[in-house]
Amino acid sequence: MRRAILHRLAQAVMVALLVGVLTFLMMQSLPGDMAFRIAAGRYGYDNVNAQAAEAVRQELGLDRPAIAAFGSWLWDLMRLDFGTSVISGAPVMTEIRHQLGASLQLAGAALALSLVIGPPIGILAGLRAGGLLDRVLLVLSTALRSVPQFLMGLVLIVLLSIQLGWLPAAGHGRAEHFILPALTLALGLAAVSARVARDAMARVAGSPHYAFGRWKGLSEAQMLRRHGLRNIGVAMVTYLGLQFAMLVEGVVVIEAIFGWPGIGHALVHAIFGRDVPMVQGTALLLGLGFVLLNALVDLAARWIDPRAGGVGT
Amino acid sequence: MRPAFLSAAALAALSLPLTAGTNDGVLDIVAPFEIKGADPVTSGNIFIKMDLAETLVNVDPDGRLTPGLALSWQASDDGLEWRFDLRPDVVFHDGSAFDADAAAHALNVARAKPGLLETAPIAAISADGGDLVVTLTEPFAPLPAFLSEYRSLILAPAAYGPGGEVTEVIGTGPYRVTRLDAPLRLEAQGFADHWDGPPFIDRASYQSVGRAETRALLAESGDADYVFNLDPASVARLSGLDRLEVQSVSVPRSLLIKLNGDHPALSDARARQALSMAIDREGLAQAILRYPAGADQILPPSLADWHSETVAPLTHDPEAARALLADLGWQPGPDGILTRDGDRFSLVLTTYPDRPELPLSAAVLQQMFADIGVEVVIDSTNSSEVAVRHGDGSLDMALFARNFALVPDPIGTFLTDYAPTGDWGAMNWDSPEFTALIRDLARGEGGQPERDRAIEILQTELPVIPVAWYQQTAAISGAITGAVVDPFERTLGLRSIRWAE
Repeated sequence: MRRAILHRLAQAVMVALLVGVLTFLMMQSLPGDMAFRIAAGRYGYDNVNAQAAEAVRQELGLDRPAIAAFGSWLWDLMRLDFGTSVISGAPVMTEIRHQLGASLQLAGAALALSLVIGPPIGILAGLRAGGLLDRVLLVLSTALRSVPQFLMGLVLIVLLSIQLGWLPAAGHGRAEHFILPALTLALGLAAVSARVARDAMARVAGSPHYAFGRWKGLSEAQMLRRHGLRNIGVAMVTYLGLQFAMLVEGVVVIEAIFGWPGIGHALVHAIFGRDVPMVQGTALLLGLGFVLLNALVDLAARWIDPRAGGVGT
Repeated sequence: MRPAFLSAAALAALSLPLTAGTNDGVLDIVAPFEIKGADPVTSGNIFIKMDLAETLVNVDPDGRLTPGLALSWQASDDGLEWRFDLRPDVVFHDGSAFDADAAAHALNVARAKPGLLETAPIAAISADGGDLVVTLTEPFAPLPAFLSEYRSLILAPAAYGPGGEVTEVIGTGPYRVTRLDAPLRLEAQGFADHWDGPPFIDRASYQSVGRAETRALLAESGDADYVFNLDPASVARLSGLDRLEVQSVSVPRSLLIKLNGDHPALSDARARQALSMAIDREGLAQAILRYPAGADQILPPSLADWHSETVAPLTHDPEAARALLADLGWQPGPDGILTRDGDRFSLVLTTYPDRPELPLSAAVLQQMFADIGVEVVIDSTNSSEVAVRHGDGSLDMALFARNFALVPDPIGTFLTDYAPTGDWGAMNWDSPEFTALIRDLARGEGGQPERDRAIEILQTELPVIPVAWYQQTAAISGAITGAVVDPFERTLGLRSIRWAE
């Protein structure tokens, strides 16, 4: 266990360094004058002129060599200081906490909703592999997965918000604002998680130990509870980790459509505005987030998997 | 089965009718502008539109200056001192009193930051008894207009940190901020102690939505009462809905092509005139921008003082353009592109996608220029590249949108952009007559004939080529009355909006 944790920690340090170096190099290689871009980000492009850019250059010390800037970023990072946004002047951590928080809430809601929709239907289909529900599910999940998320978002807004008037079309701040963006993300995720659950269930349901259970006279519900769910759990948890990576990609698109103040939105604007501390901080936290997630998925899979001596054995 | 039950319950929960599209007592405003923080220098355009803070001087829809936090103002005889008589009995949202000291403090902080105020010839801003006094280094007639701009918003002394950074929006407006969730949302409540009484609607919200499609959907679904900056396609769709009113006004923002006067192919005014004649403004405006017409001079009729009735309008005449270029020694090469002494008439057009119509318009212009034998390569990049390339001299030409109404008197913009050269205006172009006219006008000397002459010089010399005048469009819900679309993009008229009966 200790070895696994040390391994993950070393991985986290490597990711931090790599993300830092890469984002720094990428930001440096972008064309154009950084002071002008930052001034445009701060004051709007109507108000960008050489004077404003010069003021920004002086204020932020943009004339110093790039390597010195990187060195000071690394030194600050070692003291867990992420710096301040050059656009808003607020501490990067405060900005990220707000924006990442909004993204995580949305991603969490989407994941929960997808778990409510996808696996139960998948399990039902898997229990009767080849049945009507199974065939309908195949068509439906293929269709849902192949629709781009921005299109799905627009279709849901037109249907649920404009035609039926049930939900707000976009926005942020109230509980009901979660539902449409979360549902947009969840449908895509559920389309796949239903298939994963269906395949795992079909495999388990066709296995000799399942047949033995039936032969013992256990009911379908008892069978599922005792022998089914734990076995498909490993596949589901591993897939959940993957889903999270897909979510990050989807969240960026969905935030733009629904006017959601998330990390995708923040990252895009930070790149446009040449807000290097924000880009570095955001990329770093996303990178570390993936390391943490992988670690958690590994641990959860070990814990659940009966073959690895997990819970309940 | 429990899973089946769970999913059924979730679906049932989703089908419960919620509050969307109903009048929830909050006046919901949607626009693309993002809240970058509490400082008027970065986000004042939103604070002024949301009636959270006020300026000393206001502007009516015709561009005339009207009393704001100052009741009246006058310059000394030598024009070097402006005295503002401030409105009595005004309080800030934190309960502190608005007075000349507070106004001087706010303006001095703003003046130290990049902005128009920084460019004005101000020596000092101070309180003198109950009056605010601005001392100048030279006469400057547009000073009151400069003080109507959003970066001159007056915030309470408690709004500023020790270094002049703004920590909180504490203004005097009829609404006060109750929640500021930068970058996308703020909520406000009517301010009971406002000097003109509280607004009719007690609660308002502002939501920044970057995508035009989403803004249109918010208007269509009824989630927002007042939606700004509609894209051309949405205007057509939303105009057909009974419960919405789509308003459109011509704003003092022009789509311009800026040219480098030092470029060998562009230094002669006739070459610039030829490029101007190659442009079918009508076609471009209707096909790409969905506006009724293009721009036949630099400023639209809504800026009555500066829109000249006497200049000859810019026209589309490719034949005449080809003839002019032939006079200048340009001859078509084997591929149809003009050449002169072995040089091709080839230019790089810099533009930016922040305004989606710009790269599209650039592509259309490229075709129009190709039609007279001029090759144009489009470089769609970051907006700041226009100013950067102006600075280092590497710019050939740029397509951009310029706001002439940052202050209602465009003299400020003319001073920085054209007298004689500036990041967003003329490049390597100098007309001593024009510069003298503009500087005189800025000092308060001269009137309509001088303005007309100045416009005529721009129209003939064409340091920039006008292409179109922008229109501001907004969708206003039938649930409210009293909204106005301000050509100066300064106010939404929030304080006078009521719920419809």
